[in-house]
Amino acid sequence: MKARDIFKNYLFILPAVAIFSVFYIYPFFKVFALSLCQWDGIAQFDFAKSFIWFRNFSELFRDRIWWQAMLQAGYITLIALTFQNALALTLALACDRDIKGGNIYRVIFYLPPVLSEIVVGLVWRWIYDGNYGLLNYWLQNIGLSRLVTDWLSNPNTALTCVAIIHCWKGFGWGFIIFLAGLQTIPRQLYEVARVDGASSWQLFKNVTMPLMVPVFILVSILTILGTMQVFVLILSMTNGGPGYHTEVPVTRILASMVGSSRFGYACSQGIVFGAILLVISFMQIRLSKYMRQA
Amino acid sequence: MREGVRYKIERFFKDTLIHIFLIIVSVTCIFPLLWMIGSSLKTQQTVFSDMRIIPAHPVWGNFYAAWTRGGFGVYFLNSVFYTVTVVFGIMIISSLAAFAFSRLRFPGKNILFYMFLAAMMIPLPGSFVPLYVLMTKLHLINTRIGYILCMINVGLSFSIYLLKTFFDQLPAELEDTARIDGCSRLGIWWNVALPLAKPAIAVIVIFNSLNVWNEYILATLIFSSKSLMPLQRGLMMFQGAHITQYPLLMAGMTMTTLPIVLVYLLMQRHIIKGITAGAVVG
Repeated sequence: MKARDIFKNYLFILPAVAIFSVFYIYPFFKVFALSLCQWDGIAQFDFAKSFIWFRNFSELFRDRIWWQAMLQAGYITLIALTFQNALALTLALACDRDIKGGNIYRVIFYLPPVLSEIVVGLVWRWIYDGNYGLLNYWLQNIGLSRLVTDWLSNPNTALTCVAIIHCWKGFGWGFIIFLAGLQTIPRQLYEVARVDGASSWQLFKNVTMPLMVPVFILVSILTILGTMQVFVLILSMTNGGPGYHTEVPVTRILASMVGSSRFGYACSQGIVFGAILLVISFMQIRLSKYMRQA
Repeated sequence: MREGVRYKIERFFKDTLIHIFLIIVSVTCIFPLLWMIGSSLKTQQTVFSDMRIIPAHPVWGNFYAAWTRGGFGVYFLNSVFYTVTVVFGIMIISSLAAFAFSRLRFPGKNILFYMFLAAMMIPLPGSFVPLYVLMTKLHLINTRIGYILCMINVGLSFSIYLLKTFFDQLPAELEDTARIDGCSRLGIWWNVALPLAKPAIAVIVIFNSLNVWNEYILATLIFSSKSLMPLQRGLMMFQGAHITQYPLLMAGMTMTTLPIVLVYLLMQRHIIKGITAGAVVG
Protein backbone atom coordinates (compact mmCIF):
# COMPACT_ATOMS: atom_id res chain seq x y z
CA MET A 1 0.00 0.00 0.00
CA LYS A 2 1.30 3.41 -0.92
CA ALA A 3 1.95 6.04 1.72
CA ARG A 4 -0.42 8.34 -0.13
CA ASP A 5 -3.23 5.81 0.23
CA ILE A 6 -2.60 5.40 3.93
CA PHE A 7 -2.59 9.14 4.36
CA LYS A 8 -5.90 9.39 2.51
CA ASN A 9 -7.36 6.70 4.72
CA TYR A 10 -6.35 8.64 7.81
CA LEU A 11 -8.28 11.62 6.51
CA PHE A 12 -11.50 9.65 7.07
CA ILE A 13 -10.94 9.36 10.80
CA LEU A 14 -9.24 12.71 11.21
CA PRO A 15 -12.31 14.80 12.18
CA ALA A 16 -13.48 12.20 14.69
CA VAL A 17 -10.04 11.73 16.25
CA ALA A 18 -9.42 15.49 16.39
CA ILE A 19 -12.67 16.27 18.21
CA PHE A 20 -12.25 13.27 20.44
CA SER A 21 -8.69 14.21 21.41
CA VAL A 22 -9.54 17.80 22.23
CA PHE A 23 -12.87 17.24 24.00
CA TYR A 24 -12.35 13.83 25.59
CA ILE A 25 -8.72 12.77 25.90
CA TYR A 26 -7.35 16.16 26.95
CA PRO A 27 -10.02 16.67 29.68
CA PHE A 28 -9.50 13.07 30.78
CA PHE A 29 -5.84 13.68 31.64
CA LYS A 30 -6.51 17.21 32.81
CA VAL A 31 -8.72 15.79 35.57
CA PHE A 32 -5.77 13.92 37.04
CA ALA A 33 -3.48 16.93 36.86
CA LEU A 34 -6.04 19.30 38.38
CA SER A 35 -6.90 16.88 41.18
CA LEU A 36 -3.43 17.46 42.63
CA CYS A 37 -3.80 21.23 42.58
CA GLN A 38 -5.51 24.00 44.44
CA TRP A 39 -6.99 26.29 41.82
CA ASP A 40 -9.96 28.65 41.73
CA GLY A 41 -10.53 28.38 37.98
CA ILE A 42 -9.99 32.09 37.46
CA ALA A 43 -6.29 32.83 37.95
CA GLN A 44 -3.78 31.77 35.30
CA PHE A 45 -3.20 28.05 35.89
CA ASP A 46 0.36 27.24 36.95
CA PHE A 47 0.85 23.57 37.80
CA ALA A 48 4.05 24.02 39.82
CA LYS A 49 2.63 26.83 41.94
CA SER A 50 -0.72 25.28 42.70
CA PHE A 51 0.53 21.71 43.21
CA ILE A 52 -0.49 20.44 46.68
CA TRP A 53 0.21 16.67 46.44
CA PHE A 54 -2.73 14.55 47.58
CA ARG A 55 -4.26 17.03 49.98
CA ASN A 56 -7.49 17.22 47.98
CA PHE A 57 -7.90 13.46 48.38
CA SER A 58 -7.13 13.37 52.08
CA GLU A 59 -9.63 16.16 52.64
CA LEU A 60 -12.17 14.30 50.51
CA PHE A 61 -11.94 11.18 52.68
CA ARG A 62 -12.86 13.28 55.70
CA ASP A 63 -15.60 15.22 53.87
CA ARG A 64 -18.75 14.04 55.65
CA ILE A 65 -21.16 15.69 53.22
CA TRP A 66 -19.45 13.96 50.31
CA TRP A 67 -19.92 10.51 51.85
CA GLN A 68 -23.44 11.40 52.89
CA ALA A 69 -24.10 12.27 49.24
CA MET A 70 -22.58 8.92 48.23
CA LEU A 71 -24.88 7.08 50.65
CA GLN A 72 -27.90 8.99 49.38
CA ALA A 73 -27.05 8.08 45.78
CA GLY A 74 -26.67 4.51 47.04
CA TYR A 75 -30.14 4.70 48.59
CA ILE A 76 -31.69 5.90 45.31
CA THR A 77 -29.77 3.15 43.49
CA LEU A 78 -31.05 0.50 45.89
CA ILE A 79 -34.63 1.61 45.26
CA ALA A 80 -34.02 1.64 41.51
CA LEU A 81 -32.44 -1.83 41.59
CA THR A 82 -35.30 -3.39 43.50
CA PHE A 83 -38.48 -1.43 42.91
CA GLN A 84 -37.81 -0.09 39.41
CA ASN A 85 -36.39 -3.34 38.04
CA ALA A 86 -39.07 -5.48 39.66
CA LEU A 87 -41.71 -3.28 38.07
CA ALA A 88 -39.91 -3.39 34.71
CA LEU A 89 -39.65 -7.18 34.83
CA THR A 90 -43.29 -7.64 35.86
CA LEU A 91 -44.45 -5.43 33.02
CA ALA A 92 -42.18 -7.20 30.54
CA LEU A 93 -43.53 -10.61 31.62
CA ALA A 94 -47.09 -9.29 31.25
CA CYS A 95 -46.43 -7.94 27.76
CA ASP A 96 -44.46 -11.01 26.67
CA ARG A 97 -47.58 -13.22 26.74
CA ASP A 98 -49.41 -12.40 23.53
CA ILE A 99 -51.63 -9.78 25.06
CA LYS A 100 -53.82 -7.43 23.06
CA GLY A 101 -52.42 -3.92 22.64
CA GLY A 102 -48.95 -4.97 23.80
CA ASN A 103 -47.37 -2.51 21.42
CA ILE A 104 -49.41 0.43 22.75
CA TYR A 105 -48.25 -0.31 26.28
CA ARG A 106 -44.68 -0.50 25.06
CA VAL A 107 -44.95 2.93 23.47
CA ILE A 108 -46.48 4.43 26.63
CA PHE A 109 -43.97 2.90 29.05
CA TYR A 110 -41.05 4.33 27.14
CA LEU A 111 -42.54 7.83 27.19
CA PRO A 112 -41.01 8.99 30.52
CA PRO A 113 -37.45 7.99 29.54
CA VAL A 114 -37.76 10.14 26.40
CA LEU A 115 -38.62 13.29 28.35
CA SER A 116 -35.96 15.63 29.66
CA GLU A 117 -35.01 15.41 33.31
CA ILE A 118 -35.65 19.13 33.70
CA VAL A 119 -39.25 18.84 32.50
CA VAL A 120 -39.88 15.71 34.58
CA GLY A 121 -38.34 17.30 37.64
CA LEU A 122 -40.29 20.56 37.33
CA VAL A 123 -43.66 18.86 36.75
CA TRP A 124 -43.26 16.54 39.71
CA ARG A 125 -41.88 19.32 41.86
CA TRP A 126 -45.17 21.10 41.43
CA ILE A 127 -47.26 17.96 42.02
CA TYR A 128 -45.32 17.39 45.27
CA ASP A 129 -45.57 21.07 46.29
CA GLY A 130 -46.62 21.63 49.92
CA ASN A 131 -49.10 24.46 49.34
CA TYR A 132 -50.44 24.07 45.82
CA GLY A 133 -49.45 20.51 44.96
CA LEU A 134 -51.87 18.04 43.47
CA LEU A 135 -50.68 15.24 45.75
CA ASN A 136 -51.64 17.07 48.93
CA TYR A 137 -54.92 18.17 47.35
CA TRP A 138 -55.84 14.57 46.63
CA LEU A 139 -54.73 13.33 50.02
CA GLN A 140 -57.02 15.90 51.66
CA ASN A 141 -59.90 14.93 49.41
CA ILE A 142 -59.71 11.25 50.23
CA GLY A 143 -59.46 11.98 53.95
CA LEU A 144 -55.76 11.36 54.48
CA SER A 145 -54.98 14.89 55.68
CA ARG A 146 -52.60 13.55 58.31
CA LEU A 147 -50.23 12.45 55.50
CA VAL A 148 -50.10 15.95 54.02
CA THR A 149 -46.59 17.37 54.12
CA ASP A 150 -44.26 19.56 52.12
CA TRP A 151 -42.85 16.52 50.37
CA LEU A 152 -39.66 17.95 48.91
CA SER A 153 -38.84 20.25 51.85
CA ASN A 154 -39.33 17.61 54.50
CA PRO A 155 -35.98 15.90 55.26
CA ASN A 156 -37.77 12.63 55.96
CA THR A 157 -39.54 12.38 52.62
CA ALA A 158 -37.46 14.40 50.11
CA LEU A 159 -34.95 11.71 49.15
CA THR A 160 -37.55 8.98 48.73
CA CYS A 161 -39.74 11.28 46.64
CA VAL A 162 -36.82 12.01 44.33
CA ALA A 163 -36.00 8.28 44.14
CA ILE A 164 -39.58 7.45 43.16
CA ILE A 165 -39.50 9.95 40.31
CA HIS A 166 -36.17 8.56 39.19
CA CYS A 167 -37.77 5.11 39.02
CA TRP A 168 -40.82 6.56 37.24
CA LYS A 169 -38.51 7.98 34.60
CA GLY A 170 -36.38 4.86 34.31
CA PHE A 171 -38.57 1.77 34.49
CA GLY A 172 -39.60 1.99 30.81
CA TRP A 173 -35.99 1.55 29.79
CA GLY A 174 -35.56 -1.60 31.89
CA PHE A 175 -38.87 -2.85 30.56
CA ILE A 176 -37.67 -2.61 26.94
CA ILE A 177 -34.45 -4.49 27.67
CA PHE A 178 -36.22 -7.20 29.69
CA LEU A 179 -38.82 -7.62 26.97
CA ALA A 180 -36.13 -7.92 24.30
CA GLY A 181 -34.44 -10.57 26.47
CA LEU A 182 -37.66 -12.51 27.04
CA GLN A 183 -38.41 -12.55 23.34
CA THR A 184 -35.16 -14.36 22.58
CA ILE A 185 -36.26 -17.35 24.68
CA PRO A 186 -37.53 -20.03 22.26
CA ARG A 187 -41.26 -20.69 22.72
CA GLN A 188 -40.72 -24.45 22.31
CA LEU A 189 -38.94 -24.53 25.66
CA TYR A 190 -42.13 -23.36 27.37
CA GLU A 191 -44.28 -25.81 25.42
CA VAL A 192 -42.05 -28.77 26.24
CA ALA A 193 -42.01 -27.84 29.91
CA ARG A 194 -45.77 -27.36 29.95
CA VAL A 195 -46.37 -30.77 28.36
CA ASP A 196 -44.23 -32.19 31.13
CA GLY A 197 -46.74 -30.65 33.57
CA ALA A 198 -44.78 -27.66 34.83
CA SER A 199 -46.78 -24.89 36.56
CA SER A 200 -46.43 -21.23 35.62
CA TRP A 201 -44.20 -20.57 38.63
CA GLN A 202 -42.02 -23.56 37.78
CA LEU A 203 -41.75 -22.31 34.21
CA PHE A 204 -40.63 -18.92 35.45
CA LYS A 205 -38.18 -20.33 37.97
CA ASN A 206 -36.63 -23.08 35.85
CA VAL A 207 -36.86 -21.78 32.29
CA THR A 208 -37.17 -17.99 32.27
CA MET A 209 -34.93 -17.07 35.21
CA PRO A 210 -31.79 -19.04 34.26
CA LEU A 211 -31.94 -17.83 30.65
CA MET A 212 -32.42 -14.23 31.79
CA VAL A 213 -29.39 -14.10 34.11
CA PRO A 214 -27.17 -12.25 31.59
CA VAL A 215 -29.94 -9.72 31.00
CA PHE A 216 -30.42 -9.23 34.76
CA ILE A 217 -26.71 -8.57 35.19
CA LEU A 218 -26.66 -6.16 32.26
CA VAL A 219 -29.67 -4.22 33.50
CA SER A 220 -28.36 -4.03 37.04
CA ILE A 221 -24.91 -2.79 35.96
CA LEU A 222 -26.48 -0.08 33.82
CA THR A 223 -29.00 0.79 36.54
CA ILE A 224 -26.23 1.24 39.09
CA LEU A 225 -23.99 3.27 36.79
CA GLY A 226 -26.89 5.43 35.65
CA THR A 227 -28.50 5.99 39.03
CA MET A 228 -25.33 6.71 40.98
CA GLN A 229 -24.60 9.51 38.50
CA VAL A 230 -28.11 11.01 38.62
CA PHE A 231 -28.12 14.76 39.18
CA VAL A 232 -30.10 16.82 36.65
CA LEU A 233 -33.35 15.46 38.07
CA ILE A 234 -32.16 16.51 41.53
CA LEU A 235 -31.14 19.98 40.36
CA SER A 236 -34.62 20.55 38.99
CA MET A 237 -36.52 19.00 41.94
CA THR A 238 -34.69 19.96 45.13
CA ASN A 239 -31.26 21.33 44.19
CA GLY A 240 -29.82 19.11 46.92
CA GLY A 241 -32.01 20.43 49.71
CA PRO A 242 -33.46 20.54 52.29
CA GLY A 243 -30.05 20.98 53.92
CA TYR A 244 -27.94 18.33 52.27
CA HIS A 245 -30.63 15.66 52.32
CA THR A 246 -30.84 15.06 48.57
CA GLU A 247 -27.25 15.78 47.62
CA VAL A 248 -25.58 13.15 45.42
CA PRO A 249 -21.91 12.95 44.31
CA VAL A 250 -22.33 14.81 41.03
CA THR A 251 -24.21 17.70 42.65
CA ARG A 252 -21.33 17.93 45.15
CA ILE A 253 -18.80 18.06 42.28
CA LEU A 254 -20.85 20.84 40.72
CA ALA A 255 -21.03 22.65 44.07
CA SER A 256 -17.24 22.47 44.51
CA MET A 257 -16.77 23.85 41.03
CA VAL A 258 -19.47 26.49 40.61
CA GLY A 259 -20.34 27.13 44.25
CA SER A 260 -16.95 27.37 45.93
CA SER A 261 -14.62 27.70 42.91
CA ARG A 262 -12.47 24.78 43.98
CA PHE A 263 -11.67 23.17 40.64
CA GLY A 264 -8.94 20.90 41.99
CA TYR A 265 -11.16 19.53 44.71
CA ALA A 266 -13.98 18.97 42.21
CA CYS A 267 -11.61 16.92 40.03
CA SER A 268 -10.47 14.76 42.95
CA GLN A 269 -14.15 14.09 43.71
CA GLY A 270 -14.68 13.07 40.09
CA ILE A 271 -11.73 10.66 40.18
CA VAL A 272 -12.74 8.98 43.45
CA PHE A 273 -16.31 8.62 42.26
CA GLY A 274 -15.24 7.30 38.83
CA ALA A 275 -12.98 4.74 40.51
CA ILE A 276 -15.84 3.57 42.75
CA LEU A 277 -18.11 3.13 39.72
CA LEU A 278 -15.41 1.23 37.86
CA VAL A 279 -14.91 -1.14 40.82
CA ILE A 280 -18.66 -1.76 41.06
CA SER A 281 -18.99 -2.63 37.37
CA PHE A 282 -15.93 -4.92 37.49
CA MET A 283 -17.36 -6.74 40.49
CA GLN A 284 -20.62 -7.26 38.66
CA ILE A 285 -18.93 -8.54 35.51
CA ARG A 286 -16.95 -11.02 37.63
CA LEU A 287 -20.13 -12.05 39.38
CA SER A 288 -21.85 -12.67 36.07
CA LYS A 289 -18.98 -14.88 34.87
CA TYR A 290 -19.10 -16.81 38.13
CA MET A 291 -22.84 -17.29 37.86
CA ARG A 292 -22.62 -18.47 34.28
CA GLN A 293 -20.18 -21.18 35.33
CA ALA A 294 -22.28 -22.28 38.30
CA MET B 1 -63.85 -30.09 26.14
CA ARG B 2 -64.61 -29.00 29.70
CA GLU B 3 -60.92 -28.50 30.29
CA GLY B 4 -60.78 -26.16 27.31
CA VAL B 5 -63.63 -23.96 28.57
CA ARG B 6 -62.11 -23.79 32.02
CA TYR B 7 -58.78 -22.84 30.51
CA LYS B 8 -60.39 -20.11 28.43
CA ILE B 9 -62.23 -18.61 31.42
CA GLU B 10 -59.07 -18.72 33.49
CA ARG B 11 -57.12 -17.09 30.70
CA PHE B 12 -59.81 -14.37 30.34
CA PHE B 13 -59.63 -13.44 34.02
CA LYS B 14 -55.87 -13.48 34.03
CA ASP B 15 -55.71 -11.25 30.96
CA THR B 16 -58.23 -8.81 32.44
CA LEU B 17 -56.18 -8.52 35.62
CA ILE B 18 -53.03 -7.98 33.60
CA HIS B 19 -54.73 -5.30 31.51
CA ILE B 20 -55.92 -3.48 34.63
CA PHE B 21 -52.38 -3.48 35.98
CA LEU B 22 -50.90 -2.31 32.66
CA ILE B 23 -53.51 0.43 32.32
CA ILE B 24 -52.81 1.76 35.82
CA VAL B 25 -49.11 1.99 35.05
CA SER B 26 -49.87 3.63 31.69
CA VAL B 27 -52.02 6.26 33.38
CA THR B 28 -49.22 7.18 35.78
CA CYS B 29 -46.92 7.55 32.77
CA ILE B 30 -49.22 9.90 30.90
CA PHE B 31 -50.86 11.79 33.75
CA PRO B 32 -48.02 14.24 34.58
CA LEU B 33 -47.89 15.24 30.91
CA LEU B 34 -51.63 15.87 30.80
CA TRP B 35 -51.34 17.86 34.01
CA MET B 36 -48.57 19.95 32.48
CA ILE B 37 -50.55 20.66 29.30
CA GLY B 38 -53.74 21.35 31.27
CA SER B 39 -51.96 23.79 33.57
CA SER B 40 -50.51 25.65 30.62
CA LEU B 41 -54.10 26.45 29.61
CA LYS B 42 -55.12 27.98 32.97
CA THR B 43 -54.77 31.58 34.11
CA GLN B 44 -52.53 32.79 36.89
CA GLN B 45 -55.64 33.05 39.10
CA THR B 46 -57.16 29.64 38.40
CA VAL B 47 -53.96 27.58 38.25
CA PHE B 48 -53.83 27.14 42.03
CA SER B 49 -57.53 26.62 42.59
CA ASP B 50 -58.85 24.83 39.52
CA MET B 51 -57.76 21.23 40.02
CA ARG B 52 -59.49 19.91 36.92
CA ILE B 53 -56.99 18.46 34.52
CA ILE B 54 -58.38 20.15 31.42
CA PRO B 55 -59.79 23.59 32.36
CA ALA B 56 -63.29 24.60 31.28
CA HIS B 57 -62.03 27.76 29.55
CA PRO B 58 -58.59 27.07 28.10
CA VAL B 59 -56.36 30.14 27.79
CA TRP B 60 -54.18 29.73 24.72
CA GLY B 61 -52.58 33.15 25.24
CA ASN B 62 -50.11 31.60 27.69
CA PHE B 63 -48.25 30.09 24.77
CA TYR B 64 -47.93 33.45 23.07
CA ALA B 65 -46.80 35.11 26.29
CA ALA B 66 -44.27 32.35 27.01
CA TRP B 67 -42.94 32.49 23.46
CA THR B 68 -42.44 36.28 23.54
CA ARG B 69 -42.30 37.60 27.13
CA GLY B 70 -40.93 34.37 28.61
CA GLY B 71 -38.19 34.22 25.99
CA PHE B 72 -39.05 30.67 25.03
CA GLY B 73 -39.18 31.60 21.35
CA VAL B 74 -35.45 32.33 21.40
CA TYR B 75 -34.68 29.22 23.47
CA PHE B 76 -36.78 27.07 21.16
CA LEU B 77 -35.05 28.26 17.98
CA ASN B 78 -31.67 27.84 19.67
CA SER B 79 -32.54 24.26 20.61
CA VAL B 80 -33.63 23.50 17.06
CA PHE B 81 -30.41 25.01 15.71
CA TYR B 82 -28.16 23.07 18.12
CA THR B 83 -30.00 19.82 17.56
CA VAL B 84 -29.84 20.05 13.77
CA THR B 85 -26.19 21.09 13.57
CA VAL B 86 -24.93 18.65 16.20
CA VAL B 87 -26.81 15.70 14.74
CA PHE B 88 -25.68 16.56 11.22
CA GLY B 89 -22.09 16.88 12.42
CA ILE B 90 -22.23 13.56 14.26
CA MET B 91 -23.74 11.84 11.25
CA ILE B 92 -21.03 12.97 8.83
CA ILE B 93 -18.05 12.63 11.17
CA SER B 94 -19.03 9.30 12.69
CA SER B 95 -19.98 7.69 9.38
CA LEU B 96 -16.65 8.74 7.82
CA ALA B 97 -14.76 7.27 10.78
CA ALA B 98 -16.90 4.13 10.99
CA PHE B 99 -16.45 3.53 7.26
CA ALA B 100 -12.68 3.78 7.66
CA PHE B 101 -12.65 1.50 10.73
CA SER B 102 -14.72 -1.08 8.89
CA ARG B 103 -13.40 -0.93 5.32
CA LEU B 104 -10.04 0.84 4.99
CA ARG B 105 -6.59 -0.24 6.06
CA PHE B 106 -4.19 1.94 8.03
CA PRO B 107 -1.75 1.38 10.91
CA GLY B 108 -3.13 1.75 14.44
CA LYS B 109 -6.70 1.06 13.34
CA ASN B 110 -7.61 -1.27 16.18
CA ILE B 111 -6.00 0.85 18.88
CA LEU B 112 -7.87 3.93 17.72
CA PHE B 113 -11.16 2.06 17.56
CA TYR B 114 -10.70 0.61 21.04
CA MET B 115 -9.99 4.11 22.26
CA PHE B 116 -13.48 5.17 21.19
CA LEU B 117 -14.94 2.02 22.77
CA ALA B 118 -13.11 2.63 26.04
CA ALA B 119 -14.55 6.15 26.19
CA MET B 120 -18.00 4.59 26.30
CA MET B 121 -17.13 2.19 29.11
CA ILE B 122 -15.02 4.28 31.50
CA PRO B 123 -17.30 6.41 33.66
CA LEU B 124 -15.96 9.94 34.02
CA PRO B 125 -18.30 11.76 36.38
CA GLY B 126 -17.60 15.45 36.63
CA SER B 127 -15.89 15.53 33.24
CA PHE B 128 -17.61 18.89 32.82
CA VAL B 129 -15.01 20.46 35.13
CA PRO B 130 -11.97 20.06 32.84
CA LEU B 131 -14.19 20.61 29.81
CA TYR B 132 -15.17 23.99 31.20
CA VAL B 133 -11.52 24.82 31.82
CA LEU B 134 -10.68 23.84 28.25
CA MET B 135 -13.51 25.88 26.77
CA THR B 136 -12.39 28.96 28.69
CA LYS B 137 -8.83 28.47 27.47
CA LEU B 138 -9.94 28.15 23.85
CA HIS B 139 -12.26 31.16 24.20
CA LEU B 140 -15.18 28.93 23.32
CA ILE B 141 -17.13 29.74 26.46
CA ASN B 142 -20.49 31.38 25.73
CA THR B 143 -20.25 30.59 22.00
CA ARG B 144 -22.50 28.47 19.84
CA ILE B 145 -19.62 26.68 18.15
CA GLY B 146 -18.14 25.65 21.53
CA TYR B 147 -21.37 24.02 22.61
CA ILE B 148 -21.85 22.34 19.24
CA LEU B 149 -18.35 20.82 19.28
CA CYS B 150 -18.79 19.57 22.85
CA MET B 151 -22.09 17.93 21.99
CA ILE B 152 -20.71 16.33 18.82
CA ASN B 153 -18.03 14.74 20.99
CA VAL B 154 -20.66 13.41 23.41
CA GLY B 155 -22.46 11.47 20.68
CA LEU B 156 -19.44 10.37 18.69
CA SER B 157 -18.34 7.10 20.35
CA PHE B 158 -21.74 5.43 20.38
CA SER B 159 -22.45 6.46 16.79
CA ILE B 160 -19.10 5.23 15.47
CA TYR B 161 -19.56 1.91 17.25
CA LEU B 162 -23.10 1.41 15.94
CA LEU B 163 -22.20 2.33 12.36
CA LYS B 164 -19.03 0.25 12.33
CA THR B 165 -20.88 -2.90 13.36
CA PHE B 166 -23.44 -2.11 10.67
CA PHE B 167 -20.83 -1.57 7.93
CA ASP B 168 -19.12 -4.82 8.97
CA GLN B 169 -22.23 -6.74 8.02
CA LEU B 170 -22.46 -5.29 4.52
CA PRO B 171 -21.13 -7.61 1.78
CA ALA B 172 -17.81 -6.50 0.29
CA GLU B 173 -18.96 -7.18 -3.30
CA LEU B 174 -21.08 -4.02 -3.27
CA GLU B 175 -18.14 -1.70 -3.01
CA ASP B 176 -16.03 -3.84 -5.31
CA THR B 177 -18.43 -3.13 -8.16
CA ALA B 178 -18.35 0.54 -7.28
CA ARG B 179 -14.57 0.48 -7.23
CA ILE B 180 -14.43 -1.16 -10.66
CA ASP B 181 -16.75 1.58 -11.88
CA GLY B 182 -14.05 4.02 -10.84
CA CYS B 183 -15.52 5.29 -7.60
CA SER B 184 -13.06 6.85 -5.15
CA ARG B 185 -13.12 5.92 -1.47
CA LEU B 186 -15.04 9.07 -0.67
CA GLY B 187 -17.41 8.20 -3.51
CA ILE B 188 -18.00 4.71 -2.12
CA TRP B 189 -18.70 6.20 1.32
CA TRP B 190 -21.20 8.67 -0.11
CA ASN B 191 -22.82 6.60 -2.88
CA VAL B 192 -22.71 3.06 -1.45
CA ALA B 193 -22.12 2.97 2.30
CA LEU B 194 -24.31 5.86 3.45
CA PRO B 195 -27.46 4.92 1.50
CA LEU B 196 -27.18 1.30 2.67
CA ALA B 197 -26.68 2.38 6.29
CA LYS B 198 -30.01 4.21 6.45
CA PRO B 199 -31.47 2.03 9.25
CA ALA B 200 -28.39 2.56 11.44
CA ILE B 201 -28.28 6.26 10.62
CA ALA B 202 -31.94 6.60 11.58
CA VAL B 203 -31.09 5.20 15.04
CA ILE B 204 -28.15 7.59 15.36
CA VAL B 205 -30.15 10.63 14.27
CA ILE B 206 -33.03 9.96 16.64
CA PHE B 207 -30.89 9.08 19.63
CA ASN B 208 -28.60 12.04 19.30
CA SER B 209 -31.53 14.39 18.66
CA LEU B 210 -33.17 13.33 21.91
CA ASN B 211 -29.86 13.65 23.68
CA VAL B 212 -29.06 17.15 22.42
CA TRP B 213 -32.61 18.41 22.90
CA ASN B 214 -32.62 17.21 26.51
CA GLU B 215 -29.06 18.20 27.43
CA TYR B 216 -28.75 20.51 30.40
CA ILE B 217 -25.43 20.63 32.20
CA LEU B 218 -23.06 21.68 29.40
CA ALA B 219 -25.58 24.30 28.30
CA THR B 220 -25.52 25.64 31.86
CA LEU B 221 -21.76 25.82 32.12
CA ILE B 222 -21.08 27.15 28.63
CA PHE B 223 -23.77 29.79 28.12
CA SER B 224 -24.23 32.98 30.09
CA SER B 225 -26.11 35.00 27.42
CA LYS B 226 -29.83 34.39 27.28
CA SER B 227 -29.83 34.80 23.51
CA LEU B 228 -27.67 31.67 23.09
CA MET B 229 -29.38 29.33 25.56
CA PRO B 230 -31.33 26.22 24.57
CA LEU B 231 -34.69 25.23 26.08
CA GLN B 232 -33.65 23.13 29.08
CA ARG B 233 -31.43 25.90 30.36
CA GLY B 234 -34.12 28.47 29.59
CA LEU B 235 -36.67 26.53 31.62
CA MET B 236 -34.44 26.55 34.69
CA MET B 237 -33.72 30.27 34.20
CA PHE B 238 -37.41 31.08 33.95
CA GLN B 239 -38.21 28.86 36.92
CA GLY B 240 -35.60 30.64 39.03
CA ALA B 241 -36.71 34.14 38.06
CA HIS B 242 -40.51 33.79 38.04
CA ILE B 243 -41.18 30.96 40.43
CA THR B 244 -44.91 31.61 40.72
CA GLN B 245 -45.77 32.08 37.05
CA TYR B 246 -46.82 28.48 36.65
CA PRO B 247 -49.01 28.80 33.55
CA LEU B 248 -46.17 30.38 31.56
CA LEU B 249 -43.65 27.85 32.89
CA MET B 250 -45.99 25.00 31.98
CA ALA B 251 -46.50 26.48 28.51
CA GLY B 252 -42.72 26.62 28.09
CA MET B 253 -42.43 23.03 29.25
CA THR B 254 -45.17 21.94 26.86
CA MET B 255 -43.28 23.58 24.00
CA THR B 256 -40.15 21.74 25.13
CA THR B 257 -41.89 18.40 25.34
CA LEU B 258 -44.27 18.24 22.39
CA PRO B 259 -41.63 18.06 19.61
CA ILE B 260 -39.85 15.25 21.46
CA VAL B 261 -43.06 13.31 22.00
CA LEU B 262 -44.05 13.72 18.35
CA VAL B 263 -40.66 12.53 17.09
CA TYR B 264 -40.83 9.65 19.53
CA LEU B 265 -44.30 8.54 18.42
CA LEU B 266 -43.29 8.68 14.75
CA MET B 267 -39.98 6.93 15.22
CA GLN B 268 -40.54 4.59 18.14
CA ARG B 269 -39.44 1.48 16.24
CA HIS B 270 -35.97 2.89 15.61
CA ILE B 271 -35.77 4.10 19.19
CA ILE B 272 -36.51 0.67 20.62
CA LYS B 273 -33.80 -0.76 18.34
CA GLY B 274 -31.35 1.86 19.54
CA ILE B 275 -31.92 1.19 23.25
CA THR B 276 -31.25 -2.49 22.83
CA ALA B 277 -28.11 -1.74 20.80
CA GLY B 278 -26.98 0.84 23.34
CA ALA B 279 -27.44 -1.56 26.24
CA VAL B 280 -25.42 -4.29 24.55
CA VAL B 281 -22.49 -1.89 24.17
CA GLY B 282 -22.46 -1.16 27.90
